[in-house]
Amino acid sequence: MVTIMLHEILFAGFGGQGILFSGKVAAYAGLVDNLEVSWLPSYGPEMRGGTANCHVIISDKPVGSPVITTPTNLVAMNLPSFDKFEKTVAPGGIIIIDSSLIHKTSDRSDISFYSIPATQMANDMDIPRLANMIILGKLIKVTGMATLDTIRKAVEKSVPPTKTELIDTNMKAIEAGYHYL
Amino acid sequence: MKGNEAIAEAAIRANCRHFFGYPITPQTEISAYMAKRMPKIGGTFLQAESEVAAINMVYGAAGAGVRAMTSSSSPGISLKAEGLSYIAGADLPCVVVNIVRAGPGLGGIQPAQSDYFQAVKGGGHGDYKMIVLAPSSIQETVDSTFDAFDLADKYRMPVMILGDGMLGQMMEPISFPDSADRPTYDKDWATTGTKNKRRANVINSLYIQPEELEQVIWAREEKYREIEKTEVKYESEGLGDADVVVVAYGTTARVVKAAVKAAADEGIKVGLIRPVTLWPFPSEIIAKTAKNVKAMLSVEMSTGQMVEDIRLAANGACPVAFYGRTGGVIPTPDGILEQIRRMVI
Repeated sequence: MVTIMLHEILFAGFGGQGILFSGKVAAYAGLVDNLEVSWLPSYGPEMRGGTANCHVIISDKPVGSPVITTPTNLVAMNLPSFDKFEKTVAPGGIIIIDSSLIHKTSDRSDISFYSIPATQMANDMDIPRLANMIILGKLIKVTGMATLDTIRKAVEKSVPPTKTELIDTNMKAIEAGYHYL
Repeated sequence: MKGNEAIAEAAIRANCRHFFGYPITPQTEISAYMAKRMPKIGGTFLQAESEVAAINMVYGAAGAGVRAMTSSSSPGISLKAEGLSYIAGADLPCVVVNIVRAGPGLGGIQPAQSDYFQAVKGGGHGDYKMIVLAPSSIQETVDSTFDAFDLADKYRMPVMILGDGMLGQMMEPISFPDSADRPTYDKDWATTGTKNKRRANVINSLYIQPEELEQVIWAREEKYREIEKTEVKYESEGLGDADVVVVAYGTTARVVKAAVKAAADEGIKVGLIRPVTLWPFPSEIIAKTAKNVKAMLSVEMSTGQMVEDIRLAANGACPVAFYGRTGGVIPTPDGILEQIRRMVI
């Protein structure tokens, strides 16, 4: 069981980066820990090429509004998302960016800022489509919101039964992000 | 599970084996789920050539006494309105899901509540009603789907589940209730063949003699009055010592709850009424509450529709203000909190 009991996580990036999937794995991780969760995707025109985002709430109390206006955690995987949501993060919150794609840092002093070259790492590891999982690994490490064991169970639930070989590949990506310093 | 998929699975577990649909964002997952599951369990899934065809297939299936369902989103529901009027006029049970998007016209694909009037005041022509259920979580969506089929069969009328794009697309953990302990309904009116043992049953909404039609309509009205007495559902909190009471339904009510909590933390005495059935509308509790508070506030994802029913119920006992966002914009807790603050100044 984690200590902080309210995570309002905003995953944001381009459509196709797996934003919705990493959100889904995070939500399942909350479920595995018997917490209350909600997962709200954007399904508009942004899904078809522009920015995509998804709102994941993990809490020890029933989730009120599933819409996140001041996220405790922002995972930004492209520059437009970072520019759009950086200011909305709650004081004391966490921002994680993919520094392969965002060449910027935050000038806010009231948040914790982390960068990880997830896309570059994914390419180097020959798993180019799993930058989303690498950055998720970083997220669970810096927030302590889930253990690697929990997240493995969450990945098992999120991967279609016909594609179980993807479990290990996803875990490899998550662990790479988790152990990245 | 996504809200849309949860509705589809709940319908199947409530013994619905006939689904007729036509795809439209943001409810297409209902059709997709039915397409995958129905053939495996001996049910019928049919993607019709249009929404009009789909609702008329539901009309036919309902006449044959089976549990039938269709789903769509706002523009598609407008197309189904004619069929809904016929189904109501023929006293047939069916379940219709509207995962509302912004209108009018093609509008947009983001969540809205601007089909309230269409759902509770008709949509189709004639003196008729639909029971309208407005769940606010995925679990409640599941429970509402079971209830919808039971209510439809019990009262022989169309029941609508009114969600919105947010509810259709979001995922929350759910559990399915046991369908074994639900009531069963004898459908001796269904057109299933006389087998030479009885007179033919007739499904019809045409009555050429005015007096005859009037009688049929008044009899149906009596049924509606009965439903208004027995089937109203709502959730309320903090009504005891409230100065201000906010009324909201569906997903908007969840955003409102966050605002109500924030207002209470500031020391404002604020309560909430969340209608679960939009028709029958919880007029009684609103009338009662209106006499004890300084003001009420309706919050909707529309330009103000339910607010009219609240004002009718309050009947002048207190002012009823309105706050809404529309066009697919979701109100924020801060925006609502600001309105609540203004009301207590």
